[in-house]
Amino acid sequence: MLSLENIINGIHTWLNNTFDPTLALTCEFVLLGITAIAIFAVLGLVLVLMERKVAAIMQIRKGPNRVGPFGMFQTVADTLKLIMKEGLTPDGADKVLFNLAPFIVMIAAMLLLAPIPFAKGVQMWDINIGVLFISAVSSISVIGILMAGWASNNKYSLLGAMRSGAQIVSYELSAGLSVITIVILTGSLQLSEIVNAQQNGWWIFKGHIPVLISFVTFIIAVTAETNRAPFDLAEAESELTAGFHTEYSGMKFALFFLAEYINIFIACAIGATLFLGGWMPFHIGNWEGFNAIMDYIPSSIWFVGKTFFLIFLMMWFRWTFPRLRVDQLLNLEWKYLLPISMLNLLVVTVMAIMGWYF
Amino acid sequence: MQLTNRSKQVADTKMTWMERIYLPGIIKGMIITFSHIFKKKPTIQYPEVQRPIAPVYRGQHVLKRDDAGAERCTACGLCAVACPAEAITMVAEERKQGEEKLYREEKFAATYEINMLRCIFCGLCEEACPKEAIFLTDRIVPTTYLREDYIYGKDRLVEKMDHRVDVSKRQTNNLADFKNNSSKAHNKTI
Repeated sequence: MLSLENIINGIHTWLNNTFDPTLALTCEFVLLGITAIAIFAVLGLVLVLMERKVAAIMQIRKGPNRVGPFGMFQTVADTLKLIMKEGLTPDGADKVLFNLAPFIVMIAAMLLLAPIPFAKGVQMWDINIGVLFISAVSSISVIGILMAGWASNNKYSLLGAMRSGAQIVSYELSAGLSVITIVILTGSLQLSEIVNAQQNGWWIFKGHIPVLISFVTFIIAVTAETNRAPFDLAEAESELTAGFHTEYSGMKFALFFLAEYINIFIACAIGATLFLGGWMPFHIGNWEGFNAIMDYIPSSIWFVGKTFFLIFLMMWFRWTFPRLRVDQLLNLEWKYLLPISMLNLLVVTVMAIMGWYF
Repeated sequence: MQLTNRSKQVADTKMTWMERIYLPGIIKGMIITFSHIFKKKPTIQYPEVQRPIAPVYRGQHVLKRDDAGAERCTACGLCAVACPAEAITMVAEERKQGEEKLYREEKFAATYEINMLRCIFCGLCEEACPKEAIFLTDRIVPTTYLREDYIYGKDRLVEKMDHRVDVSKRQTNNLADFKNNSSKAHNKTI
């Protein structure tokens, strides 16, 4: 059967048979890099279009529908426009940091693509501390955002960056704690093992209410971490013009924009991997016929479907709720989400020890 | 201090526990936005689809000719007086020998200009006109880049004989009665 795993293995064996191992490995690295950049670009285009379409249908509008069928090439046209535009560097800005910041944000986002299992046997780097890697690297983007805000030498940028820093640092806690519940249940930090543990049922079904609570906490925390409405205080158009990327233009702005959408994709991909079983198909108990049909759908489709469902959920949040105030935002995290997720962690630990899950 | 007992507490009520956990409100809001997906979109795809215009729409003016092709306007200036936006200006001139085919009456408008940026398309000029010369039509004034282009002279206002403008929809019985009934004060000759 033609699957992503077979294609990749085919390329691997062909390269190793044709060239000597060192050259083959180099070729694979180059291919991998190109793939990562391609995924980055395509996802950016698709997600921006999806966001605009979802926004439109939630506001009973049509959305972009002029460029190409159903406006499919609208974001391509926008990207071309941004590439053509001049990338200004303000006079008062710290030139080095100002120009470095978008790349740091982008690289942090790209690094996060590495440990995600996209389909059965398709994973760039299956490290044994995958979850830790993700939570560590995703924090690097804060440095990029703070750098952008500080280097812009602009009060709006600085305020946006500071808010973003406060927000990401505090919401990292409850995101981390809700991820740890799954780590406890699985007993491993390796993402491929977490997926394998969900062969007989996704954690959101197997783990009863505690996992459901941690799933909800995770989604809220991740929405805040990616600076999306209702937690988009970092850019808050009505208060701070555009927050930390006020001074950016052209392709440098586009990099921030793309990185934001890649971060959303990665956050949702991790959510899907941890709670919704990654590329594992949906199975119901002993219904052999039903399970066989579900197995017939390729694993990559399952992964992409789940991820895009979560992305839709986040877009749904964005176009439903008004923005929170700073104090409300921090209250929500420190007074509600953090205690709830700590208590929840305790419950899950007891559950894991006693084996009260399927 | 309480002055009367008629005051009512309208806001600042204590929230109930259900309201304070916000979850029912959040879910209700999400259901509302989700239901929008299935609603019919009111968008009109403008250049391809156009909103239907009423037959009595008040759009760009026309200066009518009579059936023989002579201009009806006599440059009496009543439309300019009636115009609340002061959009109409004209210069009157006397008809010369041999111009009977061109102008119906002995006086005619040598220039007649309407500033379409000032015009509010109220139709008062049409009501004021004693000669049934000016009418509003269902044509929309096109946009341009220069202010000068909005000052319409006789070249764009007077109708062409080869394609005449139908204004019968705006010539209602009420209007004709209003204009021709000699018992009405405004039609009395002094």
